[in-house]
Amino acid sequence: MLFIATDGEPDALLEQPGEFDAWVQESAQRGIRKVGNRLQPVDDATTVRLRAGEVLVTDGPFAESKDWIVGFDIIECDNLDEAIDYASRHPMARLGRIEIRPFWPTEY
Amino acid sequence: MTRAAEVVAEVSRSDWGRIVGALIRITGDWTLAEDSTQDAFATALLRWPVDGIPSNPAAWLTTTARNRAIDRLRSAASERARAKEVAIVESLQSGEQDIEDDRLRLIFTCAHPALPLAARVALTLRTVAGLTVPEIAAAFLVPETTMAQRLVRARRKIEEAGIPYRVPPAELLGERLSGVLAVLYLVFNQGYSAVERNELAASALSLARAVVALMPREDEARGLLALLVLQNSRRDARIGPAGELLTLEEQDRSRWHRDEIAHGLALMPAPVGPYAIQAAIVGCHARAASAAETDWVEIVRLYDLLLAQSPSPVIELNRAIAIGMRDGPSAGLELLSGMQLDGYRWLPAAQADLLLRAGRTAEAADRFREVIALTTPGQERADLERRLAELGS
Repeated sequence: MLFIATDGEPDALLEQPGEFDAWVQESAQRGIRKVGNRLQPVDDATTVRLRAGEVLVTDGPFAESKDWIVGFDIIECDNLDEAIDYASRHPMARLGRIEIRPFWPTEY
Repeated sequence: MTRAAEVVAEVSRSDWGRIVGALIRITGDWTLAEDSTQDAFATALLRWPVDGIPSNPAAWLTTTARNRAIDRLRSAASERARAKEVAIVESLQSGEQDIEDDRLRLIFTCAHPALPLAARVALTLRTVAGLTVPEIAAAFLVPETTMAQRLVRARRKIEEAGIPYRVPPAELLGERLSGVLAVLYLVFNQGYSAVERNELAASALSLARAVVALMPREDEARGLLALLVLQNSRRDARIGPAGELLTLEEQDRSRWHRDEIAHGLALMPAPVGPYAIQAAIVGCHARAASAAETDWVEIVRLYDLLLAQSPSPVIELNRAIAIGMRDGPSAGLELLSGMQLDGYRWLPAAQADLLLRAGRTAEAADRFREVIALTTPGQERADLERRLAELGS
């Protein structure tokens, strides 16, 4: 599992266009890459917790960078409310927290 | 203001949200909907003084906003823009104006919990109430560019994160409605706390009325509306001759709007939810013919209810003041002395008031100085300094 991270601004510029596609193609051809996608900006993140039976929805990503990412699930929903609903049913919504991040759109 | 400009302002207050809301429903594009609606109102200001005011101004603005949206989409050649254009053309051909839900849908979407609170408030004022970015920025004391950026980011999150444009289904309605009411109360308070920002209070009142009209069975919505109507009924008595803010005790009660008080009291549901309880507290003050006749026994009881529902140090502080008024200043002061609210100026303010009632002037003056130190320069601080000077200590 690779987590792809940035501080918002990249540390360097692309050396040539198509670098992303080249990496994806090569790793796919060799059967190494199974699934991956670009995410929407961190501004679009929503965090869901379940405490005392109440679904708590907050704007933004995990507050602390020392939070451990302990797993992932890819879900497909019609809208954010549906994603919040499924996230809130995940046991980790009660034991920890779940960050919802939409994928970068492929159409348009 | 010319007659045309007056009508434009009127329709903006009553129909802005509906016009924007219908365009969002048709196109799914918030920025397009707002910009085109803004265009339509600007066009009305130019054309109506020359061409005359149309017989149905709201319908004229709706059609013009949709035509402006089509113009804007034509310059963007994408397939997505084309699909939006087709949807608008269809809406114009079918003669469909707007559906009742458009404004409510907009109110709920603007108050979605996945948006930061400041963005919910800004979006509600801009998109539902039709205030301009400079007006909203001025009301919240932030630079225009900051406010514009906040709105851009909010619209982007709605689109990118997939916040649905709808009135939430029954199972979500309760919690989402309380989010909407919280935004409206914040808008009202921001307007009410400063004399010159009454536009915000008016917007909050009109939106609260719309929510109650569309959801008449929701007691908390009615509770909030009652609370706003009752507070607003005192607007003409709050300001003294020198522009200073007056306390309830100092206000000339003959300047309270009795018809509005009657209306607010009639709206009031049983004191069950937090807004209904707060409305009941304000109602106790509204019913009292003079400050001395205030029913503090009932007010303490209501604060107890409120505290049990939503414990907060601010409510505890208000309860302590009410107990001071019911049982004498020392009872209130005793409760306040145990409270820890660092930097919260209402604590020393409450202490100063009760100390004065107990005749302990020198101690009260010390507390006043504390309040003044915590208050930013302006009208309010000038009022406090005036009060301190009156103590002569």
